Amino acid sequence: MAVFNPPGIAREVRASYAFVERNMNLVKRYWGWEIAFFLYTISSSLSVIYIGEAQDPERRGELVLTLGIGTLVWAYLRSVFDSISEMITWERWEGTIEYTFMAPISRLTHMLGTALFSIVYGILRTAALFVALALFVDLDLSRANFVAALVVTLVGSLSFLGIGIMASILPLWFTERGAEMTFMISAILLLISGVYYPISVLPDWLEPLARLSPATYFLDGIRRTVISGQGLAQLGDVLLPLLVMGVLSIPLGVWVFLRVETYAKRTGRLKRNG
Amino acid sequence: MIQTDQEERAAGPLVREIQTTDTHPHDAVVASDLVKAFGGGSQRIFRRAKPAKKDQVLAVDHVSMRIARNEIYGVLGANGSGKSTLIRLLSTLLLPDSGTVGIFGYDVVRDERIVKRMLNRVSVEASFFKKLSPFENLMYATRLYGLTGASARQEIPVALGRLGIAPDRMHRPLEQMSRGMQQKVAIARAFLTAPVFLLLDEPTTGLDPRSKVDVQEFVLQLRREHDATVLLTTHDMAEADALCDRIAILDRGRVVVEGTPEELKAKAASHDTPEPTMEDAFMVFTGRSLEEAEQEEEPAAR
Repeated sequence: MAVFNPPGIAREVRASYAFVERNMNLVKRYWGWEIAFFLYTISSSLSVIYIGEAQDPERRGELVLTLGIGTLVWAYLRSVFDSISEMITWERWEGTIEYTFMAPISRLTHMLGTALFSIVYGILRTAALFVALALFVDLDLSRANFVAALVVTLVGSLSFLGIGIMASILPLWFTERGAEMTFMISAILLLISGVYYPISVLPDWLEPLARLSPATYFLDGIRRTVISGQGLAQLGDVLLPLLVMGVLSIPLGVWVFLRVETYAKRTGRLKRNG
Repeated sequence: MIQTDQEERAAGPLVREIQTTDTHPHDAVVASDLVKAFGGGSQRIFRRAKPAKKDQVLAVDHVSMRIARNEIYGVLGANGSGKSTLIRLLSTLLLPDSGTVGIFGYDVVRDERIVKRMLNRVSVEASFFKKLSPFENLMYATRLYGLTGASARQEIPVALGRLGIAPDRMHRPLEQMSRGMQQKVAIARAFLTAPVFLLLDEPTTGLDPRSKVDVQEFVLQLRREHDATVLLTTHDMAEADALCDRIAILDRGRVVVEGTPEELKAKAASHDTPEPTMEDAFMVFTGRSLEEAEQEEEPAAR
């Protein structure tokens, strides 16, 4: 029968994997939705990339690649952000939230498990998206430095995890419309981060905000590694801000989440369905 | 093996006293002057705001109780009487406004993580990922409670089989199962984590008679074989009478009477009703029948 007392770290790692396995099972069971959403992503990505295809031949190649990277990176960041920020929404909807919060695990374990899944799932989904897009448009990757791009992806993911954790408090805090409020955060990030255009076209007062968005550095880093083939040695101005944002935003996100969890337990908001 | 593990978990904490409560070695649960109110005024996140008292709904009103080890303790009450709030306070899902709860000597607020290891709960809703199978849901739950994948894969079919769930049903989505079957999976979830304190929040509500008996038998088995202490809330007076060692009747958040089923019925006996049922006793102590009590407006927060 159940043995309850593995060493603390082993217990937490095991519990972390519980979230990875559960989410993989959910992806498997909701395969219809996964396919539908994937087709939507392909369609919306292509409708942006074809703007580049419509340009003069001399500009076309670089613009297609710039927009293609924008759509791929944004699809990845949205995937990571949504997986984390929906961890409360999903459990509320299924009615399992009280059981997860009653389990003898730390909240950090809960979040790390969810984060680990979100990164692995995001990378796999983006790779599949890249293959699908390559069937429609010619993406010139002859100069790409894939190792450097992977490092930028992993470091950049950290900062998005922190933002995702902070966003996940919204459904806990606002039981009725909290989930919808997370869309506002991703919409603002899309606007200010230079996903489809350089941040220099933004009004003067918005540009400083762009500098605070990790997606700005993430996109810059990926474009420089894929289009210009830059290596890690040339990416200090991208990796350092991403690392600092990740190191600051994850503990801050966890701290804020714990405060809101206490608030939810004080006011009885865990059990409400929104 | 389970006995050794249970003893290790349950006996260890007994030596420790909760500062705010007077714990006896035979007590599994000690609740002292527990109060929980909802609503009324602002509730700030980063600072605790005192809600305006006039707008508050008092869900649990100065409740004190002791539950002995291995006891099945029933809490009877209408919808909105505060039963579920009480269960949530005991299971770390709500923070009390005042008062304390000790479980095997540990305070539910201060020692939350330790307390969580000792308890599990079965609620009126089965609360699962409905697209996942019973097996997938239980893998998730058992991993959270520290079981290895290999142990879980071995034990889950055994636990489900004992509740009459055939192997071919274990891998189909839970949404394809009846409510009674889903509730049995919820019982298996609690059983697999081997709680020393089990909270059952109306576990048989809405079940067919056969499933109800199965669940009741399983509760007795859990107590008998695993030395579990059980708190059971129910609307079913006959169920409470048959299963519980002692019963508290909760009305408008207050414990109005507590005792063995026989004591409560004896206290409720009158010239007109010399041999009252538990339903009669409920009417005597609350001044109304269960149906009447439930017809009264109830706050959603309870």
